[in-house]
Amino acid sequence: MTTLDQPTAIVPTPVTSGDRPVRRELGVANALSHGFLLFWGLLTVLPLLWMFVSSFKTNGEILADPWGLPGALHLDNWARAWTGAHIGRYFLNSLVVVTGSVSLTMLMGATAAYVFARYEFRGRQVVYYLFVGGLMFPVFLALVPLFFVVRNAGLFNTWLGLILVYAAYSLPFTVFFLTAFFRTLPTSVAEAALVDGCGHFRLFFRVMLPMARPGLISVALFNFLSHWNQFLLPQVLLQGDESKWMLAQGLFALSVSQGYAGDYARLFAGLSIAVLPVLAVYVAFQRQVQAGLTAGQLK
Amino acid sequence: MKHGKWPLIVTFLVPPVLLYVFFVVSPYLQAFQISTTDWLGYSADANPVGLANFKTLWHDDYVWNALKNNAILLGLVPVLTIVLGLFFATMLAMGGRKGSAGVTGVRGGALYRTVYFFPQVLSVVIIALLWKEVYHPNQGLLTSAVHAVGLPAPTWLGDPATAFWCVLAVMVWSNVGFYVVLFGAAMSAVPKEIYEAVLLDGASRFTTLRRVTLPLLWDTVQVAWVYLAIFALDGFILVQLMTNGGPNFSTDVIGVRMYDTAFGSETKFGYASAIGVVMFFLTLSVAVLSLRVGRRERIEYS
Repeated sequence: MTTLDQPTAIVPTPVTSGDRPVRRELGVANALSHGFLLFWGLLTVLPLLWMFVSSFKTNGEILADPWGLPGALHLDNWARAWTGAHIGRYFLNSLVVVTGSVSLTMLMGATAAYVFARYEFRGRQVVYYLFVGGLMFPVFLALVPLFFVVRNAGLFNTWLGLILVYAAYSLPFTVFFLTAFFRTLPTSVAEAALVDGCGHFRLFFRVMLPMARPGLISVALFNFLSHWNQFLLPQVLLQGDESKWMLAQGLFALSVSQGYAGDYARLFAGLSIAVLPVLAVYVAFQRQVQAGLTAGQLK
Repeated sequence: MKHGKWPLIVTFLVPPVLLYVFFVVSPYLQAFQISTTDWLGYSADANPVGLANFKTLWHDDYVWNALKNNAILLGLVPVLTIVLGLFFATMLAMGGRKGSAGVTGVRGGALYRTVYFFPQVLSVVIIALLWKEVYHPNQGLLTSAVHAVGLPAPTWLGDPATAFWCVLAVMVWSNVGFYVVLFGAAMSAVPKEIYEAVLLDGASRFTTLRRVTLPLLWDTVQVAWVYLAIFALDGFILVQLMTNGGPNFSTDVIGVRMYDTAFGSETKFGYASAIGVVMFFLTLSVAVLSLRVGRRERIEYS
């Protein structure tokens, strides 16, 4: 603290009689702000930390002393969750579906956005607003008919159905964000490439896509998180076959069965398995995740 | 740019448009139509009944109860979240210790921001299930903390008197971090000289927040308001997983009503769609209203 304060002493600050109360106020504000900030930080971390710690305890330890540390690291909880409660399988299911849906979303979103941003044609505005209008509507309203649309297409209880639906519902934001992004790219590069005899398709894949990479990464992370965290759509569109379930459904089932079995440690281990990769992705790509998410909310 | 333009437009635009129209646009349009039928789902056929579903809805006490809860959420969740978000963002941006008129961020601000943002990247399912355990009446984190102080703990989610507030607290908890980051980004766009000038003039921190920061951040706050309002009107997953609307309908929200009506014991698809249509118009009016009421002159830094 003191070492950091020193440079300010060197800077000749206009010292007036009013300086003292201000300084005292700053000191109080500083202590207060650290207190409040620390408090909220603990409030945020504590439940998560508790979950991790509890996942290594025995059920007896969890019941006897919720705040205590585990006597030994009971890794068998994780094994029970991964194989016994099939969390491993649901995890891989989610991975397959999300990989498919994010790829499809990015491909379709980028191509559509590119056309909207770079080409003039009749009805462009209408189609664009048709897409972006989707940002406005709550998924709820579509839920009942969507169930039948998917069923009549023969896609009920299939991963392909989920992939297509995830992609379709992510298009509004993806198109909106990427259209704005493609507009910011310099036109001169595109024109030069066309003059050099580059075709329109090649121009897109070889020139425009690489240039748009920062935007694409932000949107892809945004879509990854929202698809990975999706609960409502699988719950409605993937009701039957348990072996096909998504992670969120599996965790919910685990939580319900835990109520009868009393195996708390297994539930905490299951939750931890679901949390860890997401936190890892977040910590690794913090800046992009925050940019994508804040842009996602701001539209 | 003319030559070869159309093949690209067609191949690039037709697949997304088809996908979007099939899975997004058509269900939305159908929802309005289904809401005017007495459709009971799987096999029975649908008869047009005009606005009968909406009439039933008007006299449905369960719907009104759920709407009342949504109204309370709408009144409290945005206010609490924005106030806390602004408070912490301000602390992070100007809570630092420095000379008389310096405006510095608190030490470790980046770490705070990272941690605060955690709930935002977690799935609502995980948040709901985790907090359900935190509130557990026997070995929950909260319960044992209250016991440790020597106080009797309520049964949290099991008691109609407290359940709703417990859910509300989780809603605020899971949102605050995001708005700290959002407001923080907006604050960093405000030139520092403005703050330094104001502080030099002897304004207190609170006055600065109220008279300087807030007006400058108004656009962002307004957007936050709209999104939190939409969030408060939904609240479905959190409620369904934590309490399923109980105990005794004390935490019921309109989303849970609709889901129950459509996919619960009876499959009243017509009636559920009518609830959906009402939700749609409520969401739309809340969004339009908060944008209208909040309209102020835009401030630009130059």
